[in-house]
Amino acid sequence: MQLVPVLSKAAGLREVDAPQSLVAHFGADTPLKMDAGVSLGPLTIAYQTYGELNAGKSNAILVCHALTGDQHVANQHPITGKPGWWHNMVGPNRPIDTNRYFVIAPNVVGGCMGTTGPASLNPATGRPYGLDLPIVTIKDMVFAQAMLIDRLGIDMLFCVAGGSMGGMQVLQWVASFPDRVFAAMPIATAARHSSQNIAFHEVGRQAVMADPDWRQGRYLEEGVIPTKGLAVARMAAHITYLSDGVLQSKFGRKLQDRSAPTFSFDADFQIENYLRQQGTSFVDRFDANSYLYVTRACDYFDLAADYGGSLAFAFKGAKTRFCVVSFNSDWLYPTQASRAIVHALNAGGASVSFVDIETDRGHDAFLLDTPEFIATSRGFLNAAAQARGIAPANNGAI
Amino acid sequence: MAAKTEVIKAKRARAIPARVDLLLVADMVEAKSRVLDVGCGDGTLLRLLAEEKGVDARGIELSQRGVNDCVAKGLSVIQGDADTDLADYPDNAFDYVILSQTLQATRQPRTVLEHMLRIGRHAIVSFPNFGHWRIRLQVAFGGRMPMTPNLSCSWYDTPNIHFCTIQDFVALVRVIDARIERGVALDRFGAPLAYSEPWIWNLFGEQGVFRLTRKR
Repeated sequence: MQLVPVLSKAAGLREVDAPQSLVAHFGADTPLKMDAGVSLGPLTIAYQTYGELNAGKSNAILVCHALTGDQHVANQHPITGKPGWWHNMVGPNRPIDTNRYFVIAPNVVGGCMGTTGPASLNPATGRPYGLDLPIVTIKDMVFAQAMLIDRLGIDMLFCVAGGSMGGMQVLQWVASFPDRVFAAMPIATAARHSSQNIAFHEVGRQAVMADPDWRQGRYLEEGVIPTKGLAVARMAAHITYLSDGVLQSKFGRKLQDRSAPTFSFDADFQIENYLRQQGTSFVDRFDANSYLYVTRACDYFDLAADYGGSLAFAFKGAKTRFCVVSFNSDWLYPTQASRAIVHALNAGGASVSFVDIETDRGHDAFLLDTPEFIATSRGFLNAAAQARGIAPANNGAI
Repeated sequence: MAAKTEVIKAKRARAIPARVDLLLVADMVEAKSRVLDVGCGDGTLLRLLAEEKGVDARGIELSQRGVNDCVAKGLSVIQGDADTDLADYPDNAFDYVILSQTLQATRQPRTVLEHMLRIGRHAIVSFPNFGHWRIRLQVAFGGRMPMTPNLSCSWYDTPNIHFCTIQDFVALVRVIDARIERGVALDRFGAPLAYSEPWIWNLFGEQGVFRLTRKR
């Protein structure tokens, strides 16, 4: 058994089989029917919850994570020790106020933080799935989440919120389950992956697969990990999360711990050093095959295609209130992509608000403490909660 | 850019005396109808319509602050602008499309008006009348571009790039094959003028408020 020492070396992969969060198991008798035309079961969904579900079960907010996010939205991350990825947005007195709402945050199917993914053991073979896991789509992720929401006994979610790939799940939720979503917040996202989006993802996947340690996806059994390939994938992707302006102001052409270029291929520039750090820290917490699956899920996302090519039909008749948010320096999912969503919602007569937040922070702005974004979210959720009849927060004063 | 937008909004806002026109506009809207307010500011009119008349109220607003204020009021408002974003709305999506004190600041007033009448069964437009006697006197005898308490921007620093008189507006309505259903001219205090002779409106009205509909 070479598997054990390798998994302990990659601390992150411990979370695959024994996540430090809640877990819901679904037996082989209730499989997830996937877009790829096959069924996946048994299925495990790892998730976190924050706050309390009220008696009427009307205050549940589902938070959908982005590409390499996970269920640790508002607590310290079990691997990195850092605060949850959306602690600016979720927590006591935050816009998604855990004193008022019951927050559910699952890890997506295909992920590597405890929900069934390519690093999970395939019960049919006793080995990790690897590439034997069927290709996962955004719709598969959402249908798995719906199984969890059913298990929790919730008919209608007060809100589904998420940014980037999380925003795609939000859109899919409303399209698939219009009667189960009272309010929706798709943030810094798109209703379909553009050619440029697919191109960047393909670069990342090719970097992983070009690493000799990838071993056709069977690296876990062979006791190695394609860390170099995955790190390069992360470095390339990370550039797309930031704007040119923020890179220039943060790093410019500044040199790293030296006063002159070394005339070598060392990380002379601070930006090189920064990206290398991003790459190496990422491989400690993320599975390479999982990266292939989640990027593929985004690439296949084209919501209009499922509705005769018209995005408006995807939202036809939806009673959900939408708050669509974009960031003007986001070139990964640019403002125009959000406007396309807004136009479709308007064409379908949906109730929609839209803000394009001015910031130089690029795509990552949705994760950061961006004041106008926080204010918009708070205003939208407060007004929606009032319309839904959710009691104000008691701020812990019982 | 946001700062600049705020300045423009502030300047535009100064051109509006106490927004008496809002009440008049509200009076032209049927209860329980669907309304789109283009340039809805902080949502005052939309909220009034939603609360008093049970209207399904939607808005478009340029400024971030305005949009945030509206969203916090539970209104459905989109950040955007009349010149570029009306084209994306489907035909007959609304009963009323309102453009309040914004027509003169659009790049293509005729196109905007045509879109309004395409999107809504009715269009309601309020605008400052450039034919008012005080403005005429300033140009005629002062020889300078006019500035009044309600139109306080210099010519080189104004968002108002397409001023018109009430008679100009009426002529445009004819050109685009629309019909005036109701019309009111307001004096400097926002009170409706007692006389309804067109030349009196054009001379003594500081603002015009009109409800239009398509002829066919």
